[in-house]
Order: sequence, then structure tokens, then C-alpha cells
Amino acid sequence: MPKPAEVTLPSDCEVRITRTFNAPRQLVWDAHTKPELVRHWQCGYDGWDMPVCDMDVRVGGKYRLQWRNRENGKQFGFFGTYTEVNGPSKLVQEEYFDAGDVGGPDDIGGAMPVGDPCIGSLEFTERNGVTTLVCNLTYVSKEARDGAVSTGMTDGMEYSYGRLDGLLLGGQSGAT
Amino acid sequence: MQLSEHLDLTFAALADPTRRAILARLAKGEATVTELAAPFEMSQPAISKHLKVLERAGLISMDVDAQRRPRKLEPKALEEAVDWIERYREIFEQHYQRLDALLEELQAKPSKRKRTRK
Repeated sequence: MPKPAEVTLPSDCEVRITRTFNAPRQLVWDAHTKPELVRHWQCGYDGWDMPVCDMDVRVGGKYRLQWRNRENGKQFGFFGTYTEVNGPSKLVQEEYFDAGDVGGPDDIGGAMPVGDPCIGSLEFTERNGVTTLVCNLTYVSKEARDGAVSTGMTDGMEYSYGRLDGLLLGGQSGAT
Repeated sequence: MQLSEHLDLTFAALADPTRRAILARLAKGEATVTELAAPFEMSQPAISKHLKVLERAGLISMDVDAQRRPRKLEPKALEEAVDWIERYREIFEQHYQRLDALLEELQAKPSKRKRTRK
């Protein structure tokens, strides 16, 4: 069982997600760059389908991912341009969020920054058959970054200046 | 934005190692200022300053128990602080677990493996 994903906040405008996979780097790269594979795992929240998964993976190429809620038909998506394509080690994209039908304040996309892009950098390294992915997301501002990380919170928005999981190892009752 | 101010207070409070150590101690049970000051080479007034920061952020509260006035942890405030990132992390982790399954599948079928290499 691979180690679970770790999330850190390297700076005010960034989020970094690190995850290892028990697979060769080429496969993990393929899973991120081939639409037929991407569809399999980049399903959004439960109850969401992915009607659009267009990816032209080359420098200057565009992509669009779109999700649709099975129950109410609401849609949202991400779209953008690839700015660096160095398979299988590095992929950089300039990404925009399309709030679609879920941009209202109480909707799942309500906190997401719109208008300004996020720069997503994916770096893949392999050692002994295990691939490490470092996904670095850089936003235009702290507010935009915080808004993006707040996605998924249904009530309240809190944020951190640094990794808090270390803090909790000191015998917190109840907190994980 | 009131909420944003509250968040700033919370995380400024957590950004100090002495205050984090105080929280860790209070997680084991309430304590007076004297008891909290003991492990640190710090005067009581200095500790009280830290306690005020934590109180303002809602991370600890004071039991107005006449003489002793011990401080206690407000765990919900702390849990909420971590929940924020944790829920975001969980979204990614859910997706990555699906990716794990896909990668396993791809590696299990020799014919597919040949196709995806290079």
C-alpha cells in the first residue's frame, strides 16, 4: 500500500502535493497525460462523471476536463495550456477553473479562484520501481491559494502557514 | 472579513513553538499558569503573553475556578484548523487511490504494458 498523499504549503501562494506510486515512472506519466487513462482516476467527487477529457499534450497544447453531476446535471471543469512537456519527468500547465454551475457561495466550487490561472507543475522521479510525484500548484495570491484549498470544506474556512500534522503528534486527544 | 481575521489569529497563534508546546501540554489536561511556565526558562508574565494569544484565537479557554484559574484546550478549534488542509488532501488521496488501482491493472496485463512503454 503506497504512502498516502502529503500536502504542504511551501509559501503563501503555493500548495504542494507529494505522493508515491508502485509503478514505473513512464506509467504514472501516461496516467497523467493520456485521456483514456486520465478518465479512469480523475473522476471528481462521488456521483460525478467526466463528460469531457480533451488533452493535447505538447507545449502550447490545450486541455479541458469537465465533470458533470449525475443527479442534478451541474457541471464544472478545468482548462488550460501546457507550457512544459518533458515526458516522463516534468509537465507544467497553466490552469483555469471553470466554475460552471457550482460557483455559488455554498457550492463546491464557491471558494475556487476564478479569472487568474494556477501554474501546476508535475515532477515524476523513479527509484527502485517506485515513482514519486510532486505536484506544485502556484496561485497568484494567498487568497487564491486559500480559496482553492478550501474546496471540499462545507462549512468554515481555515488555513495554515505551515504543516500542522507535526503539531498534532504531541498527544492531541481526538485529533488525527 | 471577520472570518479571515479569526483565521489569521489562529495560525499566528500556532506559528510559535512555545505556544505549540503549551497546547501539547494542555492536551493532556488543564493547567495553571505556574504549571505551564515550569518547563520553560520563561517568566510567568512571558507565558501569560503567550496564553493571551492562544485565548484570543479561541484555542484555549480559562476555567474561572476562583483561585486556580487553569487554562484548558479547546480541541474543536484546533481540529478545524487541521481539517481544512486535511479535506483537501483527502480529495487528492481519493483520486490517487483510483490511480493506484489503475496502475496495478496496467502492470498486471503484459500486452497493455508493452503498448504503454515508450
